[in-house]
Amino acid sequence: MHPKHLVKYVTGAVMAAMMSTTAIAGPDDNSLVIAWGSTGPIEHVDNYVNTNRTGIWFSRMVWDQLIYREPKTFEYKPLLATGWEQLSDTVWQFKLREGVTFHNGEPFDADDVVYTLNWVSNPDNGVKVQRNVNWIKEARKVDQYTVDLEMKRPFPQAFEFLSGPITIYPNEYYAEVGPDGMHKQPIGTGPMKVVSITTAEEYVFEKNADYNWGSPKGEAKVDRMVVREIADVQTQIAELLAGGIDITADISADHVDQIGGVPGYTALQAGTMRTGYLGFDAANRSGHEPVNNLKVRQAMAHAIDRESLVKNLIRGDATVIHTPCFPTQFGCDVNAATKSDFDPEKAKALLAEAGYADGFDIEFYTFRPADWAEAIMGDLAKVGITATLTKMPYFALRDKQRNEGSTPMFLMDWGSYSMNDMSAITSHFFKKGPDDFALDDDVAGWLEAGDTNSDPEVRKANYAKAIEKITGEVYWLPMFNHVRNYGYREELEFIPYQDEIPRFWQYGWKS
Amino acid sequence: MLAYALKRTFVAFLILIVVSGLTFSLSHLAGDPALTIGGEQASDEDIAAIRVLYGFDRPLYIQYADWGWKALQGDFGESYHYRQPVASMIGERIGRTMLLGFLAILFALIISIPMGTLAAMRPNSLIDRVALLIAVFGQALPTFWFALMMMIVFGIWWRMLPISGHTDWAHYVMPTIALGYYATPALMRLTRAGMIEVLASDYIRTARAKGLSPTVVLFKHALRNAIIPVVALAAVWFGFMLGGSIVIETIFNLKGLGWLSYDALLRSDLPVVQAIVLIFASFYVVLTLLADLLNAYLDPRISVR
Repeated sequence: MHPKHLVKYVTGAVMAAMMSTTAIAGPDDNSLVIAWGSTGPIEHVDNYVNTNRTGIWFSRMVWDQLIYREPKTFEYKPLLATGWEQLSDTVWQFKLREGVTFHNGEPFDADDVVYTLNWVSNPDNGVKVQRNVNWIKEARKVDQYTVDLEMKRPFPQAFEFLSGPITIYPNEYYAEVGPDGMHKQPIGTGPMKVVSITTAEEYVFEKNADYNWGSPKGEAKVDRMVVREIADVQTQIAELLAGGIDITADISADHVDQIGGVPGYTALQAGTMRTGYLGFDAANRSGHEPVNNLKVRQAMAHAIDRESLVKNLIRGDATVIHTPCFPTQFGCDVNAATKSDFDPEKAKALLAEAGYADGFDIEFYTFRPADWAEAIMGDLAKVGITATLTKMPYFALRDKQRNEGSTPMFLMDWGSYSMNDMSAITSHFFKKGPDDFALDDDVAGWLEAGDTNSDPEVRKANYAKAIEKITGEVYWLPMFNHVRNYGYREELEFIPYQDEIPRFWQYGWKS
Repeated sequence: MLAYALKRTFVAFLILIVVSGLTFSLSHLAGDPALTIGGEQASDEDIAAIRVLYGFDRPLYIQYADWGWKALQGDFGESYHYRQPVASMIGERIGRTMLLGFLAILFALIISIPMGTLAAMRPNSLIDRVALLIAVFGQALPTFWFALMMMIVFGIWWRMLPISGHTDWAHYVMPTIALGYYATPALMRLTRAGMIEVLASDYIRTARAKGLSPTVVLFKHALRNAIIPVVALAAVWFGFMLGGSIVIETIFNLKGLGWLSYDALLRSDLPVVQAIVLIFASFYVVLTLLADLLNAYLDPRISVR
C-alpha cells in the first residue's frame, strides 16, 4: 500500500473511533445536559441564602411554593396550597394539599409551612433578601392542613412572593441541618431530586417519581439531568456543537444566526419581561445641566429610533415599550403612558426651544453591549447631541449610580425579580431611593399608595398617575423588552417564558 | 552572596506587601461590595445590613489591617458568596492550576529547547527560519484566539478532545498547549542565543580539537552550559503560567485558581481576590528570587554589582 493511502486510512479509522466515543446520550437514556452560568455560579443553593438570579432555576426544580403562578397567563393556581381565603386586610388562610411528601420521605403539612414562614421572616435567621420575607408578621397552624398567614400591613404583592421566592422547606430536616446542610443536600417537594452538587461546577438531578399528585408544574420529562456551570459563552457554544451539552441560554443575537444555521440545532430569541430603559438625571444629581431640562429630555426621546434598534439589534420577540414597567405587570397601564414617536425634526426644534440649538455633550453609561449604546449615540448625534460612552461592569455602574449619582444618562434594564407587578420595577426606581434620578414627590406618593392598598382599583388608579407623569416628564425613556437567546438540539422540546425563569424539568426529548 | 540574598529577600517581602495593599485598595475602589453580595434583588435596607454585617462600614485601613493580620496566620477569611473558607476553596483548586502550569512549562521546554538548539547549530538555515516562525506566531497569537481555534478543530470538527472540564488527563491537553505555546518563543530564542554563544566559545573548540564526538560536545558541554539561564527563565515563566491560567481556565472551564479569580473579580468577592493575588504574586516573587539567586550563584559578578 502506498504510504499516502496508509496515512489516509489510519487517520480515518482514528477519527471514526474518536467520533464514536463522543456519541451523545440525550434521547437514548432520557437524560439532559444543560449549560448555565455566564452570570456566575450559584453561591449557595439554599433559596434563602442565595442572592444570584441564576439560583432561581434551582429553587423551582427542587422546591415548591404554596401558590403556582402560571408562567404564560400569570394566573395564580393551587400548588402546595389547594385554596385560600382572605380573612382580613392582613390575614390570609391557606388550605394545604394532603398526600405530598418531601424527597426524604417527610410528609408535608402545616408544620412545614408554619416553620418555613416563621423562620424566614425572623431577621435573626439572616435571610439575605429581606424584601422577600419582611412583610410577613406570623404564620399560625390552624389544623394539620390549614395555616393562617398574617402580614405586617396590607401587602397586595403577597401572592407574587408566595408563588415566587418563598419556597416551603421540610421543618424537621431544616431544623436539623440548617442552611449549610440544605446546601449540601437540598430536600424539597419539587419535580427533581438532587443527586449531587459540586459548587460552581455541576448539579446532578434525577426525576422525583413521587411528583404525581397533579402539580400544575407537571412531572419531569427526563429521568436524569446535569446542569453544568460554564462561564464562557464561546465555550458553551463549542460544547453544544461538540455534543457535550444539549442547550445553552447565554448566547448573543449573532450566535443565534450561527447556531440556527447548523444542521441538527435550533436557536431562538424569546422575549422576556426584562425592561430596558434610557434613564436621565432629571433631578440633577450629577450636576449635568441639559438633562434636567424637560424639553431636552423630550428632544432625546424623539431623536432615538427605538423601532429600528429593536428590529436590527435586539431582534427576536423584542418590542418597543412605552411604559416604565412591563405591560403584563399588574398596574402597568399602557394607555396612561405618553408615547414619544421617532421624529428628529421635532427633536431639533425642542432642542432649539431649550436653548441647545447647537446640541451639547453628555456622558452616557451602560453595562450592556456597546452596539446598542452606539446606535442610540448615532441617533443623538444626528440632532447635535454628542454622547461619550462609558461601559462598566453591572455592579460597578450600579454603585456609581446609587452612591455617587454621577450618571447623567444611562442605558439600563430591570428584570423585576420576575414579579408580575409593577411595584417590582417602577416603585423601586421612583420612590426616592438611591436609584431614583427623578426625585418626584408626586410620583413617589402615588407609587406608595399603589404599593400599600389592597383594593386593586385604587392601586391601578395610583399607578396610572405615576406612569403618566414619569413618561410625560421623560424621567425614563422606556426602550424595549429584552430577549433571551437560546441554542439547543432540535430534538429537544423547549419552552421559554417571559419571566426569565427556566423550568428545566419541562424540557424533554421529542418522541 | 549572603548579603545579596538577604537584600533580595527583603525586597521580595516588600513587593508582596505593596501588591496586597494595592489589591485591597483597588478591589474596594471598584465598587461597593455590599451591592454585589446583595445582588439585583436586594433592597436598600438589605444592602445597608450587609455593609454592617461584613464590616464595610469601617475605615479601609482598619479593614486592610484586619485582613493582613489574619492572612499572616493563614486565615484568608470567608468568601462573601460561597460562604466557605477561602483557604479551603483555594486548596480544592490550586492543584489543578499547578498541574496546568507545570504541564504548560514542560510543553514549552520540550518544544523550545530542541528547536532552539537546532536553530543555533544551523543559524539562518531553514530550521532556524521555522523556529523563528514558531516564535513569532507564539508571541503574536492571542492566547484566547488560539484556544478557541483548538476547540473548533479538535473539539467540534474532529471530536478528539473534550472542550471543557477537568475530570481526566484529556481535559488538560488543549489548555496545556494554549498556555505553553505562549512561553515557547522566549525560551526558544534564549536557548538559541545561549547555544550560539557557547558553541563559539574556546572550550567547545578545544573539546572538538580533542576529538570528542559532536553529540558529546553538543549535549555534555554546550547544552549543559547554555541551558542554565533557560531553566532560570522557565522558573519565572512558571509564575507567568499561573497568572495566564486566568484566561485559559475560564475558556476551558477548568476550575482552578485562574477560573476562581475570574469569578471572584466579576462578583467582587474580595477575600478570594486578595488571597489569590497574594498567592500568584508570592509564586512569582519567590520564583524570580530563586532565579536571581541561581544566576548570582553561577555568575558572582551579579551579587557584587
